[in-house]
This record gives sequence, C-alpha cells and structure tokens, in this order.
Amino acid sequence: MTVLWMTILTALRALRRNKLRSALTMLGIIIGVAAVVTMVSVGRGADAAVQQQIRSLGNNLLMIVPGATTAAGVRSGSGTASTLTAADGTAIARECPAVAEVGWVKRQLVQVVYGNTNWSTSGQGVTPSYHTVRDWPVVAGRFFDEREQAGASPVAVLGQTVVDNLFAGGEDPIGATIRVKNVPFEVIGVLARKGQTTWGQDQDDVVFMPFSTAERRTLGTLILGTVDMIYASTARSEDIAVAQQQIRDLLRERHRIQPGQDEDFTVRNLNEIAEASKMASEVMSNLLLSVASISLLVGGIGIMNIMLVSVTERTREIGIRMAVGARTRHILVQFLVEAIVVSTFGGLIGVLVGLGGTHLVATLAAWPTLVSAPAIAVAFSFSAAVGIVFGFYPAKRASALDPITALRSE
Amino acid sequence: MPALLQLRDVWKIYHLGDVEVQALRGVSVDVAAGEFVAVMGASGSGKSTFMNIVGCLDEPTRGSYRLDGIPVSSMSADDRAAVRNQRLGFVFQHFNLLPRTTAHENVELPLVYAGVPFAEQRERARAALAAVGLAGRETHVPSQLSGGQQQRVAIARALVNHPSVVLADEPTGNLDTETSSEIMDLFTRLHREQGVTIVLVTHEPDIAEFAERRITFRDGQIVSDVRASRTTRAGGFGGRER
Repeated sequence: MTVLWMTILTALRALRRNKLRSALTMLGIIIGVAAVVTMVSVGRGADAAVQQQIRSLGNNLLMIVPGATTAAGVRSGSGTASTLTAADGTAIARECPAVAEVGWVKRQLVQVVYGNTNWSTSGQGVTPSYHTVRDWPVVAGRFFDEREQAGASPVAVLGQTVVDNLFAGGEDPIGATIRVKNVPFEVIGVLARKGQTTWGQDQDDVVFMPFSTAERRTLGTLILGTVDMIYASTARSEDIAVAQQQIRDLLRERHRIQPGQDEDFTVRNLNEIAEASKMASEVMSNLLLSVASISLLVGGIGIMNIMLVSVTERTREIGIRMAVGARTRHILVQFLVEAIVVSTFGGLIGVLVGLGGTHLVATLAAWPTLVSAPAIAVAFSFSAAVGIVFGFYPAKRASALDPITALRSE
Repeated sequence: MPALLQLRDVWKIYHLGDVEVQALRGVSVDVAAGEFVAVMGASGSGKSTFMNIVGCLDEPTRGSYRLDGIPVSSMSADDRAAVRNQRLGFVFQHFNLLPRTTAHENVELPLVYAGVPFAEQRERARAALAAVGLAGRETHVPSQLSGGQQQRVAIARALVNHPSVVLADEPTGNLDTETSSEIMDLFTRLHREQGVTIVLVTHEPDIAEFAERRITFRDGQIVSDVRASRTTRAGGFGGRER
C-alpha cells in the first residue's frame, strides 16, 4: 500500500517537474473532452427546445384538417376545403374509443379594440374542451364552459401577446370589455404563455371565444357548422396510432369516401414529428460522439508518444530504481500512473473548459444549452481509459528494461 | 558459519552474434561477513561482470551463487529485485542519484520499495545522511552538491536499508584525489565502526590499499586473492585517518 501510494506520488512529482510538457500532453485530451461536453450540451439544448415546442402544442395530440378543394380542376391545397364540421368532431368524440377528448376550431384574422388601442390577431372560436386538449393552462380567470358555449355568450379568453398589446398600461384584463369585429366581449380569462411553434408562429397571439359565439356573432360562416381544424387527444401516447386509424375510418365513412379515393381531410400526428426530431438529434449525437472519439484517440496517441520519449529519457532513472529494489510492477505502475494522471487531469480541465464553453455559447450566441451529467461522466471516464490504454505500452517497455543496460545509459 | 557471499564455479558467457564471449570462467570465491574486499583487474578482465552477478543485477550462465545462504542465482527478476532491496547497497562511479530530486528523497528510495512506513522512511533517511556527514543538506538536489557530497548521498542510500553487503563500483573514479581520500575514509570508518561488508571494484592500486583483501581478475578468472595485514595499510591515503 505504501509502495503504491509512493509510486503515485513519484508519478505526480515527475509530472510537476515537466510542467510544460505535461500541459502540452494534456492539451489533446482537454480539447477532446471540452468538445464533447460543449457539443453535447448545445446539442441537447437544441433538442430539448424542439421537444418543448412540440410538447407545447399539446400531449398525444392529433390534428385533423380539411383536405384540398378542387374547383374547376384547380386544386387549392390542404385546409382550403370546408369539409370538416362540428358534427364530425362530435362523432369522433362519440365513436372513437381511443380518443379521450375532442375540440374544434374556427379561426379568422380579426381586429380587437380595447379603449383607444387596437390589435390585429387570430380570432378563434373553440369548444370548451380546447384548452385541455391543447394542454394549455389558464393563468388568470377561467376558460368558458359548456353553458356559455350553448348560449353563445360574448366572453373571450386572451393569449399573452394580445394582453401585452391591448393592456399595455398594466390594467387587469379580467372583466374588461373588448370589441372583436365590433362585437363587445367580456374578458373572462388569460392563458399561460406557450411561446412559438416549431415553425415560428406566435401561439399567444390569439383571442378565444366559444365556437357558437364565433359562428353566429363574429366570424360568420358560409356553411353553418364547418370548422377549420379538429383536435383530438388520447389518454396515453400508445393509443395515438389506434386513435388515428379510428378517426380516419370514421371520417371516410361519414364523408362517403370510396376505397381508393383521396381523402378530403388529413390526420396529423404530432408524436410523429417529435419522433422524427428525436431521431435527427440521435443522428447528431452519434456524429458528435464519433468526432469526440477521434479527438480523444488523437489525444491518446499524443500521450503514448510523450510517454515513450519520457521512458527513453529516463532510462537511467529506471535503472537506478531497479538497482535499489524496484520490481517490474513498480516501474509499470509508475509510468502507467503518470499516463493516467495526465489523461484524467486533462479530462478534468476539459470538463471545466467544456462547461465554460457551454456557458459562453449560451450567453454570447443565446443558444439553448443543456448540460448533461452523463455526458460529462462518460467523457471523463473515457479520458481516464485513454490514459490506461495508451500509457500501458510505454510503461510495459519501461518495466521490461534490463537494469544493467539501463544503468549504463547516458 | 557459511560465507556471506559464496560463488561456486560461476561462468558467464555472452553471445555477440556468432562470437562467444566468456566473461567469467569458473569463478569460485567466498566473502565472509565484515570483510572489506577490493576487486581489481584491467577493463575486460571480468570484474564488472563479477560485480553484476554479485549485485544480483545479472544471473550466471553456469554455477551457483549464494548470498546469506540464499541461492540467488536461480531467482526470478522480481525476487532478485527484492534481494537487491533488502540485502545489497550500491555505490556507482557516476553516483547515479535521481536528478532534480532532493538528497533526502534519493536516500529514501530503497525504503519506498521496501514498503517502510512514511515516518520511519523520513527518520532513517535523515539518520543515514547524518552518518555520512550531510546533516542539514537533506533538501539539496544533486546539482547543488559537489561530487564528493553526491557520492556521500549515494553511500547513505546504499546503507539506509542496512544491507548485508555494500557493492561499490569505482566509487572514486569521478572524484579528485582529495575527495577520493575523503570517500575512502568514509568507507573505512563504516567498515570499522559498523562492521559493514564492502566489495569495492577499482583499477587504482592506492584505492585498493584501503581494503583488507584484494582479488585480481584476468581473462575472466581470479588470478590472485591476497589478504593484506592491517599494518601494511599505513601506506596510500590510509595514514590520514589515524
């Protein structure tokens, strides 16, 4: 035990005597580990931001949008047809067992006025279930209920962006009367800030009103009962695929679509988007990992190189140690410990530099970052392993020296 | 009582390519505990090979070598390392101290490999340095010490583990006459006062004068082995220590 401890001390002393060389040897490992830590943090940060945005649309969510219209042979693109109705939504809620909740939306760009300020925003007529389907909490007041929906009450729930723009003075919006397309509405609730969608749309720039109110009093409609989008959510994420199939079958039947004919609606699965982004980030992570492995490999070769030089340089020292009684394993351990100390110390500095780099990226570039403890642990243990692997051969060579030859060397 | 060093018909044969070099050709010799032996001979006479074998740095091709009754000639490299550590002390012509390492740490080195506890290492190294007259210079590194002082550190290192025998290979070869005599005085004193067994290789007759017994090698064989009486040692540098 004493011998091992002394051997470690000896190794540390040898490194201290050659500060510059030790530092340069560490550099490869430092860069490798720092690169891993920084890249993984930035990568995970970006990934988390994307996942967060996808989650912000709601959990286990299916979006059903109308298909394309074809007028005189001109196809107008998805969502232009008014093929979805509130009745479809009710049918989905009734007939698809995998679906937990259903909500639907009718929307239009509207001008809202409060006092002498006005603001152009998205007016959306929705069912009361909408905010639970979208997993969107109310921070002040409340969302409207079935009674207000049935009675087409002039009540509105505002998104944060609308609050910021209409109530710039900081007044309490709850209870205030705003005008939407010149129809007076009482503000009964404010929603939590949800942020942008993945495609950069501000989700908080919105005024919600009961679907019936919107249809009859403000947004109006050509055909009563048509909706712009139906949201359906499932209780568990495993049910998404089943629910998707059930909705599809139901709507094909309701819309009388023959087998082989194009559907006049599209069912979008947000989990698919999440999965795709997860896979993209996995590919990215593997790429980072291979780049980092290469830099650690290069660092390891650097250690081996320097250790071989060191063994040659210190042949006489090895001879002296052997003459006074150092055994093969003492010499082996001494040089192995030197290599491991260089690599782990390099790894430690690398972790610190990596954390600094992450902080720098987060503050200067304002990128989202997420420091990953497992990544740090892996990078650090990898650096220690590099020391063992690349230090072993030089150490083995040192310990195999013949004491007489070693003593005679200059 | 068996001899401390007991060599029987020791041969050492090297193969340099196709050439066979017989460095030692049937050497048999006994050295008793407490002796002070000088090994002499021209270069190539086999005295260095003899010292390497006695010092357990090398193994004989044929023959047997017992140290303290232990048959060391058939030991593994690691076991020989242990024997060197416990029973042998080395003093070299080039001092062979670790550079950039303090006198204290250099002397501690054999104790480190012996697994001696830290506190004891420290104490014994300090005592050994004091015994060679270097008290107060523990923290000096070799480059801050004169040749004679460096050799004293080496002698302290050789003695710190209380070895059965100290092997000195041309210990004064790199020192001037004055310093040489100081070092030889030190050896003589250690031999007289502490009964240290010393085997000393030299090619200088006046250095060999200090020893009580002189073994001369030629062509890998011992050609003379004479015991000098104490009185004849008055010559050379010897007169100085009286």
